[in-house]
Amino acid sequence: MTPDKRMKGSQALVAALEHEGCEVMFGFPGGVAIPFYDALYDAKKLRHVLVRHEQGAAHAADGYARATGKVGVCTSTSGPGATNLVTGIATAYLDSSPLVAITWQVRSDLIGTDAFQEADITGITLPIVKHSYLVKSTAELPQVVHEAFHIASTGRPGPVVIDVPVDIALGELVYHDADTLDLPGYRPTFKGHIKQIRAAAKAINEAQRPVLYLGGGVIASEAAPEILRLAELRRLPVVTTLMGLGAFPETHELSMGMLGMHGTVTANYAVHECDLLINIGARFDDRVTGKLKAFAPHARIIHADVDPAEIGKNVSPLIPIVGDAKHVAAGLIKELEGMEWPAERTAEWLARIAVRKDEFPLHYEDPKDGKLAPQLVIQEIDRITDHDAIVCTDVGQHQMWATQYYTYRYPRQFISSGGLGTMGFGLPASIGAKIGHPDRTVVDISGDGGFQMTMQELATAVSYDVPVVVCILNNGYLGMVRQWQDLFWNKRYSFTCIEAQPDFKMLAEAFGAVGLLVTEKGEIEPALREALGCGRPAVIDFRTSPEENVFPMVPAGSEITEMIGGHGRQGRKS
Amino acid sequence: MKHTLSILVENKPGVLTRIAGLFARRGFNIESLAVGLSEDPKLSRVTIVIDGDEHPVDQVTKQLHKLINVLKIRDLEPGNAVSAELLLVRVAGEGDKRTEALQIAEIFKAKIVDVDRRAITLRVVGTNDKLQALLELLQPLGVLEVVRTGTIAMGRGRG
Ligand SMILES: Cc1ncc(C[n+]2csc(CCOP(=O)(O)OP(=O)(O)O)c2C)c(N)n1
Ligand SMILES: [Mg+2]
Repeated sequence: MTPDKRMKGSQALVAALEHEGCEVMFGFPGGVAIPFYDALYDAKKLRHVLVRHEQGAAHAADGYARATGKVGVCTSTSGPGATNLVTGIATAYLDSSPLVAITWQVRSDLIGTDAFQEADITGITLPIVKHSYLVKSTAELPQVVHEAFHIASTGRPGPVVIDVPVDIALGELVYHDADTLDLPGYRPTFKGHIKQIRAAAKAINEAQRPVLYLGGGVIASEAAPEILRLAELRRLPVVTTLMGLGAFPETHELSMGMLGMHGTVTANYAVHECDLLINIGARFDDRVTGKLKAFAPHARIIHADVDPAEIGKNVSPLIPIVGDAKHVAAGLIKELEGMEWPAERTAEWLARIAVRKDEFPLHYEDPKDGKLAPQLVIQEIDRITDHDAIVCTDVGQHQMWATQYYTYRYPRQFISSGGLGTMGFGLPASIGAKIGHPDRTVVDISGDGGFQMTMQELATAVSYDVPVVVCILNNGYLGMVRQWQDLFWNKRYSFTCIEAQPDFKMLAEAFGAVGLLVTEKGEIEPALREALGCGRPAVIDFRTSPEENVFPMVPAGSEITEMIGGHGRQGRKS
Repeated sequence: MKHTLSILVENKPGVLTRIAGLFARRGFNIESLAVGLSEDPKLSRVTIVIDGDEHPVDQVTKQLHKLINVLKIRDLEPGNAVSAELLLVRVAGEGDKRTEALQIAEIFKAKIVDVDRRAITLRVVGTNDKLQALLELLQPLGVLEVVRTGTIAMGRGRG
């Protein structure tokens, strides 16, 4: 509790952020942000990390939020500073990440006059925020911050923008900590309806071929322990979405890995054949369902989500449950514990899945060009970090290989832009994650294309001593786009070859980071050990086979069993 | 089928933009929209008419509910609600045509609010159907300009 005190708006904002428990924020100053930065200069608890581009601030705050579960905070000046945040805000919105973005704005009396560096950022971000504020008076600042943190972090989390005209920072107020909420229109439902939970429990108990389909909601609501108990209680085989990776340990025998466009054969076939699909905290995204009409055709569907609007949006479930994953899973456990259940009921199903897992593991061949197999690089990262690192990724082929060949064991271990698919996310997100977890190993798996979108943040990592290890799977291509051109566009590689590539090793060194180049299999391990052990930000340039593709692959809009390259051990087409 | 949504919102800046923006972003079409203060000066009421065949009303209302400033949404059933819309229409009218226009106005209890040599302007309040019927009758006489407020509606009995 801060004692009530007369102070400036800028100081009140620092106090309010500290009151919300904000320890670190990421930002970049500018004209109308100066009063706030002046107050930050004296901040005792709140740390500020100066990034090199505002997009980096938003992604770093997002990465911090995803790694820690706390609200991530970023700030920028008005106009171009604020518009530079937009991609990061949209990224957080699509993946339901709790972000508070404080944008500075021209003086209140200048708004609407096309003043210097004026941009209507609340207007621009309207479709990509959970909520936004344009602050009207200095007095309301503490309350706005309190509400923003509450909205960002509860229910279905998401980004909140607070746009603050500079005169608000200069004005004075008597500061009180804001501790009450006045949000009559915001009452998220956490507890699933007991009748629905009972119906769901009954369906689970009766199912002969159940599949548990987990999404990011499980991670957001910290439901992993309950989910594990639930799965074990009825021996439910588990598939996860990209956002759900880590919600269930992939080392567990019930895990079938990821489903969808680049999911495993076992996962996609299980969903296709199941008689009950239990969706907890996922949203039937098109990258998961493929052709919607043919998705899970034999299944009764249970859909639990904290956001009522997700239920029935793409798929009409038989048993909808509005509630957060943790409550719903706990409720299901309680009901199921009181029911009789013969283990033989699902025995045949589990046996079928075990056979399929054995027959259709993920696999790849050694590239004929003698270059590194990208999959092997990920496997080595997995092995050498003992399946224990926080893995951030960029977007593209390397991201999909990172989902397939790293073993995720717990929530918040995998951090990636799923919904928006934002290239440039990986490095800044990994900086945020490492700042949130200084004692954990944080690896960024990036592409040579995406890395160049936000590589300036290497300077941020160096200046704040944030030892992330960036592993660039350097294939010389915008690989994922090239893959689509390869498979569906007659190999017409229109503008996907990155011809003038910087020397990433030298580039890293120029930034003051450690740079390493790996071209041979035998160099992978020593390079990784050196980078992980050096205690400094490091970049490893892995020269991978240029035309390697990600398999299996379900072409967009196809049924999820129509997998290219899903053939099994015997080389059988599936 | 048409649906009339009565939405109670906090009277805060930008609320209407948020609602309109949501409709645009989700690809829902608005047939009409009317806004005004409610019985509580801190709250406004928005009445929106949408075509329920085009978009699942359920999805529209759920998305609207996610707006922090939206307090309450009612999907008003025609049988259980009273509704009205205000219409201003200028009709060409000289000689016989004018007589005919005046007769039609009489039947529809429309007020003549402006007259000049070549046209008369009618003001009429009624349900959407009634206004539609009036406009159809006036059409042959020459409808020069139409302004409508959009439907407002209220549930019957205790809302
Ligand atoms: C900001 C942004 N621009 C464009 C795309 C489209 N896109 C998706 S993957 C990809 C290729 C990424 O290339 P690279 O970073 O080298 O990764 P690779 O696929 O080669 O592993 C592109 C261009 C995107 N996802 N994000
Ligand atoms: Mg590449």
